Amino acid sequence: MITAERKPLEELIEYVRPFKRILLVGCNECVTVCSAGGRKEVGLLASGLKMALLQSGTTIEIREHTLERQCDPEYIDELLPMIDGVDAVMSMACGCGVQEVARRYKDKPVFPALNTKFMGASERQGVWAERCQGCGNCLLGMTGGICPIARCSKRLMNGPCGGSVTGKCEISKDVDCAWQLIWDRLKALGLEDQYLKIIPAKDWRPAGGGGPRKIIREDLAA
Amino acid sequence: MMENFEPVIVAFCCHYCAYTAADMAGSQRLEYSPNVKIIRVPCSGKVDAIHIIKAFEKGADGVYVAGCLDGDCHFKNGNNRASRRVEYVQKYLDEIGIGSERLEMVKMSAGMGYLFAQIAIDMTEKIRKLGPSPVRPLAMQASQPIAC
Amino acid sequence: MKTESHLEKVLVSGNLAVTSECGPPRGCLPDHVREKGGYLRGVVDAINVTDNQTAMVRMSSLAASVLLKQEGLNPLYQMVTRDRNRLAMQADIIGAYSLGIDTMLCLSGDHTQFGDHPMAANVHDLDSIQLIQMVKAMRDEGKFQGGADIKGPPKMFIGAAANPFADPFELRVLRLAKKVAAGADFIQTQCIFNVDKFEKWMEQVRRRGLHKQVYILAGVTPMKSVGAARYMKNKVPGMDVPQDLVDRMGSVPKEKQPEEGITICIETIDRLKKIEGIAGFHIMAIDWEEKVKEIVDRAGLLPRPQV
Repeated sequence: MITAERKPLEELIEYVRPFKRILLVGCNECVTVCSAGGRKEVGLLASGLKMALLQSGTTIEIREHTLERQCDPEYIDELLPMIDGVDAVMSMACGCGVQEVARRYKDKPVFPALNTKFMGASERQGVWAERCQGCGNCLLGMTGGICPIARCSKRLMNGPCGGSVTGKCEISKDVDCAWQLIWDRLKALGLEDQYLKIIPAKDWRPAGGGGPRKIIREDLAA
Repeated sequence: MMENFEPVIVAFCCHYCAYTAADMAGSQRLEYSPNVKIIRVPCSGKVDAIHIIKAFEKGADGVYVAGCLDGDCHFKNGNNRASRRVEYVQKYLDEIGIGSERLEMVKMSAGMGYLFAQIAIDMTEKIRKLGPSPVRPLAMQASQPIAC
Repeated sequence: MKTESHLEKVLVSGNLAVTSECGPPRGCLPDHVREKGGYLRGVVDAINVTDNQTAMVRMSSLAASVLLKQEGLNPLYQMVTRDRNRLAMQADIIGAYSLGIDTMLCLSGDHTQFGDHPMAANVHDLDSIQLIQMVKAMRDEGKFQGGADIKGPPKMFIGAAANPFADPFELRVLRLAKKVAAGADFIQTQCIFNVDKFEKWMEQVRRRGLHKQVYILAGVTPMKSVGAARYMKNKVPGMDVPQDLVDRMGSVPKEKQPEEGITICIETIDRLKKIEGIAGFHIMAIDWEEKVKEIVDRAGLLPRPQV
């Protein structure tokens, strides 16, 4: 999923301070799962903003609404009946959602409430960790199912570097050495020889080096 | 205002311990502050950040969550979850400007009626000293429906 | 001979090669480079010039290498993949060769977190093994990565690093094998303090016949004090300093510790000389370049061969 974290309240207060009425829009997808921008977080933030602004003598009306998905135009249309009654929108979705709301409602200022972080998985309750950088040409078949691009601090495709110690990365004891994980897994699968194959220099175009990326499915595209 | 100030305190009490302790305090005729409004919950772990924040928004001057003693949670570790959640909300209260000191986590067993009464008295006095919540006027405004 | 590199000539002649290093200054101080290089004149066959070592901004390794070259010394131009993409790296390699630099070392580089610019992007367009492949293709096929022909290809003698002491130990020789397969001509190892463990590594190296495919220069470092020994033992990832060496450094008075460190270094070289497959030594005397001559001399490696 795409993970995110709420921005400091101080920053959000400054975004909304000039406005009388805002619409705070959550998203029921990834940011709900990572407890950053779902219905509950929308409620928490609306209360927090109102209470914080009140102390500097400002009252603000905040309408709360959480969409099924903020990255699809069909769902964003749902905001139409509410949009005229507000001066600005604050989105609690990832950066995709913020941009889609801004694209649909061109005359309303749209502010992000979250910092979008990474594509990750839930390691355990309350802990999310990066797993994929969307490089566009998956290497996992060669690396035992563990991604060196997302999980090696130096993005080494033929690691490990000389800083791998007892399974940990040189940058922090809290970071696993991706190449230790890869090696352990290749060994467990009896695929040690795979390690000796040099992974050649990567073509970064599918990773975004070729400009903004787009997928077009001709059979589906309208 | 301070002289006539009667704090409004919301206590989220676990059914299995703190709420029973409150009952015990009553049957023992122990006196404690009438300022404390008790909300019974099935487990302190059931109390969400949104409940606490809404309590402040609706005019509470102080809030506490009362759960079972360590190791005695009826649902194994709901009380510890509640403790962590309270810490999280305390940080948010600081961000908002209400102040983390207006929220507390306490733990007691079902038999500790005297402790329940003492905590109610202590919390009331603490909040009385702190004064009214800075966001009390919000509760005075026409309450708005919470759209979802 | 693949190149005109002096280091290659020494290695091909069968003599034990000696290299040392010179960290460029953190400012426009060309005399500083000349002074450091001066200590190494006639003492070593090539001088490593580090590339923003420990992720701190310094005079570029290319510029400092050229300064040494102008002094008639043999720079060993280090390049890390952390700071540049492949366009910049290829441009610098051509530039370096055009300025008379014919020997280089391909590294991934310390993570930016260790330096004074932790906010900088880690580029890593290539990793060190892919960099070796690229330099080799530039030299042997006269091709850029993009496939176009190079007019006047750079004939670099290509080095790489190996750390026998990092984990997982069983991968350490395999990774060396990958570097050799990628095209490394010589290897400089991490500082060796634990000679027993290094011997085990070399055993595996020989079993795979890698010592016949690549020149291995064993890395050594003189310790200045017991404090330095402890620091390397405890704080430097991938460094293996046995406790008895730390104790030995601590057993002599403070003013005698530098001398003890040099003696340990020379003893280490003597032990390493006996290991089959060692083609020379890389002496890393960090900010202690003036002592390299004494070490090389006492280790019986002077005078340097004229090849």
